[in-house]
Amino acid sequence: MEKESLLPLLALLTPLLGSFLILIFGENRRNLREGTTLAASSLTLLWTFLMLKALKAGYIPQKYLFELFPDLMFSFRADPLGMVFLLLSTSLWLIISIYSIGYMRSLKEHAQTRFFFCFSLAMFGAIGVALSDNLVSLFLFYEILTVSTFPLVAHEESLEALRAGRKYLVYLLSGASLGLFGIIYLWGHYRNVSFVAGGFVGEVKDWVLIFVFLMTFLGFGTKAALMPIHEWLPSAMIAPTPVSALLHAVAVVKAGVFTCLRVLYFVFEAKSFPTEFSLGLSLFVSFTVIGANLLAIREDNLKRRLAFSTINNLAIILLGALMLSKEALKGAILHIPFHGFMKITLFMCAGSIYVKSKKERVSELDGIGYSMPFTMGAFTISALGLCGIPPLCGFLSKWYLCLGTLEASKNWFLLIWLTSSFLDAVYFLPIVYRAFFRGKKDPKIKEAPFSMTIPLIVTALGSVTFGLFPNFLFHLLELVKMVISSVWGV
Amino acid sequence: MYELLKHYNYWLYALLLALGLYGMMSKRNLMKKLIAMSIFQWAIIYYFISIGAKRGGNIPIFPEHGIENLTIRAQNYVNPLPHVLMLTAIVVAVATTGIALALLIKIWQNWNTLEEDEILEKMRNE
Amino acid sequence: MNEQLPALVVIIPLLFSFLIYVMGFIERRMPYFLLLLSSALSTLFSWKLLIKVIKEGPLSYHIGGWEPPWGIEYRVDHLNGIVAFVVSLVAFLVILSFKERIEREVEPPRWSQLCALFSLQLCGLLGMTYTGDVFNLYVLLEIASFSAYSMVAIGKRGAEFSAFRYLIFGTIGACCYLLGVGHLYILTGSLNMADIVTLLKNLPDSSALRVGLCLLVIGIGIKMAFFPLHIWLPDAYSHAPSTVSAFLAPLSTKVAGYVLLRILFGIFNPSFPSEKVLLEALGWMSLAGAFFFSFMAIIQRELRRAFCYLLLSEISLLGMGVASGTLEGLRGAILHLINDIFMIGCLFTSLCAFIHQFEKEDLRYLEGLGILSPWVSLGFLMGGLSVIGIPPLCGFFSKWYLILGTIEGEKWHLLIGILVSSLINAILIFKVVEKIYLKHPHSVSLKNLPFAFLVSLLIFSVSLLVLGALASTIVKKVIDPWILTLGGF
Repeated sequence: MEKESLLPLLALLTPLLGSFLILIFGENRRNLREGTTLAASSLTLLWTFLMLKALKAGYIPQKYLFELFPDLMFSFRADPLGMVFLLLSTSLWLIISIYSIGYMRSLKEHAQTRFFFCFSLAMFGAIGVALSDNLVSLFLFYEILTVSTFPLVAHEESLEALRAGRKYLVYLLSGASLGLFGIIYLWGHYRNVSFVAGGFVGEVKDWVLIFVFLMTFLGFGTKAALMPIHEWLPSAMIAPTPVSALLHAVAVVKAGVFTCLRVLYFVFEAKSFPTEFSLGLSLFVSFTVIGANLLAIREDNLKRRLAFSTINNLAIILLGALMLSKEALKGAILHIPFHGFMKITLFMCAGSIYVKSKKERVSELDGIGYSMPFTMGAFTISALGLCGIPPLCGFLSKWYLCLGTLEASKNWFLLIWLTSSFLDAVYFLPIVYRAFFRGKKDPKIKEAPFSMTIPLIVTALGSVTFGLFPNFLFHLLELVKMVISSVWGV
Repeated sequence: MYELLKHYNYWLYALLLALGLYGMMSKRNLMKKLIAMSIFQWAIIYYFISIGAKRGGNIPIFPEHGIENLTIRAQNYVNPLPHVLMLTAIVVAVATTGIALALLIKIWQNWNTLEEDEILEKMRNE
Repeated sequence: MNEQLPALVVIIPLLFSFLIYVMGFIERRMPYFLLLLSSALSTLFSWKLLIKVIKEGPLSYHIGGWEPPWGIEYRVDHLNGIVAFVVSLVAFLVILSFKERIEREVEPPRWSQLCALFSLQLCGLLGMTYTGDVFNLYVLLEIASFSAYSMVAIGKRGAEFSAFRYLIFGTIGACCYLLGVGHLYILTGSLNMADIVTLLKNLPDSSALRVGLCLLVIGIGIKMAFFPLHIWLPDAYSHAPSTVSAFLAPLSTKVAGYVLLRILFGIFNPSFPSEKVLLEALGWMSLAGAFFFSFMAIIQRELRRAFCYLLLSEISLLGMGVASGTLEGLRGAILHLINDIFMIGCLFTSLCAFIHQFEKEDLRYLEGLGILSPWVSLGFLMGGLSVIGIPPLCGFFSKWYLILGTIEGEKWHLLIGILVSSLINAILIFKVVEKIYLKHPHSVSLKNLPFAFLVSLLIFSVSLLVLGALASTIVKKVIDPWILTLGGF
């Protein structure tokens, strides 16, 4: 069912070429530079839709490039799971490009060329992660993602930003080293690191394999911000909001979660893990689910609160995958794009608030709903969605997760989902309350410019639409069903 | 015991090596280091030459005429190869000593002393 | 002429060095172009030899027409071919870049002398690579060392003292090597490498053999700056003129590394019991070295010293690959040798360019270099990321094989050493990268970079990517055929 196609290569080369063009245009031709970003993101979205069409027609686009090592090809493949991540990344890249142009110009930020160059390069990395056919190609783009997002985290160049950047590198590079050990061990023993639906490692019974799995999982799980290796994410909130929005709510962290899913279901055979082992892992991840939410309640800085919420949601995805049942995996994979859309709306709102009023703390947000109705309206919709309130998309993914928990007869974990949603409400609803039901309209604060407000309204509407029609435009539910059937061999 | 003492040439060279090494390590004066290095190199030259020696061995030069009637047995002649190798090694040792002496002259011109610790002190003060 | 190539590659720089020295009395600037010509010729000829070896297999050249084992043989096989080619190519690139630098750094009478020394050094290095005779290797080793001692001495105020210390250490090393050759000669009666391999097969294991092997390894270890025999390197390379360290750093230690590989795997091989113990010891020394050097690199204030320690930790990685005792580890060690020549060449040439533009060497002056001098910054970035092992640069591919080798050989201490030292090196590299790209420049005056420098830097940066893409080809076409000829695996 695989067909040789240029599309994966085109989807990769477009952001790479775009980033070099951005560098060439530089500060002197800013409009051309911004135009390049928009053109690159739109073009990549086009390639993505073409690949989606191919998948719907029943064949998987594949492209072999050259040999990385003897018997190990550098190859790309747009299979359903990769497609989900790809759709999320490329659609949100276009949206956040529009937003970030407005953001950077309103704030008259410095080093904009470096910003857009690294952004494009980071998208190149994320798309590469989505399209990789084997662990080595994935690792290659994973590292490119880490290195290219480092200048974005430290963009502000203040002491705090540099410190956050260093912490970022220490965590992510160390995690990647552990992951590399796992990859090389697997290559040494199985002579295969290509992704096979359902996994190829076989029974994980002896200690060595368990150790290798844990190293790989935790190594890549650093990017998925598992506790206790999560601290880089709240510190990275010092970055400009477009960076936090796309990269640290969507691209970088989702790349981590995506890799963990690949490791669980396409390399190891998670569905045949020994029960005690998977229960132990699930308990470990549940600690993050609850812990992150509890820490979020304490945070007054809006972006840091959203960061902890992200940590919580990423752990939810991993926990769903660890339930080892079809419905739970469905919910977990669906939560990747759904959470992405909702979280990016919240971050964009936080950015708009900062641009217009320089406010960063939740305690300062009284009455801002009157001044910025559209922004806070979108915020409310997405916040309710993350709490899991129908008919928003957050409800749909959490529904599948709970169904899957029952299907796997792990009923106690229902408590985890319910507690987590309750705690979500505890820290999201007060923001909404403050914005709309407290304080008065401040005449000095106006609504953000169109370039910033339109994107966040689009993503908020997207959250609603996906909740009602999960197959709208991206055919997400169908893609997820394809993944489940390929993994379970049904 | 006799076996060990029989090879007195090796003892000689080991002693010289140790002397040279000791001198290079522990002497503070650069000239003395250089002399010790020379001793070290010459110890090796003696070692090589000594392995070519044979009891009752003749000089390995053949007459110009009458060579067809001679039976040549290797044990009658001293092994010439180590001597040849050591000619090269002597050249190398001379060249090393030359470069080292040139360096010492330059050090003397720059720092006015050949004591290692004094030079380090002056370098640190700069 | 094709049959004479192995000798030509070595003789041309030798002859040119005399020519350059004589020309220096007539015309001040011409010697540089003669140097460039000689290294270009060497690169071209070594490339032709490499292609020939890949197509037809190992070549043998008898100097003076004397048959081995009585005569000296130059034997070019896959390992030789690629190491010589890479050495001459990187030498050419470095020489291409430093004309203005020599003219600024050194007084005019010394220009031609320095160029002659460079040519002599190149002759020594290439000769060491191609020769198939252990004593001839000693001679060429000493030729390379002499020129190195002299080159280092043409530096700043402290340079001649560091050069003298380098001389003492280096001579100890070469003499130990000569002693080892002596032991081998007594035991086997031959000086030809291929001959010794066959003769060693019939010898029982004796203490003389063990001591001979150890002496050889210690001697080469001093030249290679293995821990703890590395003490001469930081001082010598930091006090030398910047061009000299740019030339010596990538090349001289790596050719010594090649000689180590030749001794440990070409002449002896891991099936010797004494060698197994030796490899184990080498592993522990490299491990200690990797940690020690990575830490030392972070705390340096001068950029050049920090890079010297980075170089030393890369050499320790080579040692760890050798010590893992497996096929994959050996592949990694050879690939690492080749990649490292380019990586260190890139870093030191960028450093040379930086010093040329700013006349400063302190880490603090790097701030904002990304804006002031983008091509030099690119050189630092590519070289640095490659050293850490970020894909798709070449360093990743050699690290892959090194790690694979330690996993297969079950040498977990070496695995941890490789991973941890890479991370600690990352601290230094990202400290530099942070200063270059994430800080604002001071208002400093900087001189323009000559065009040749830019070309050289660009070629270095691109070559790191190209080597990464070619890694599989190199392994299949060059490294594996050589490993097949070895015994003991």
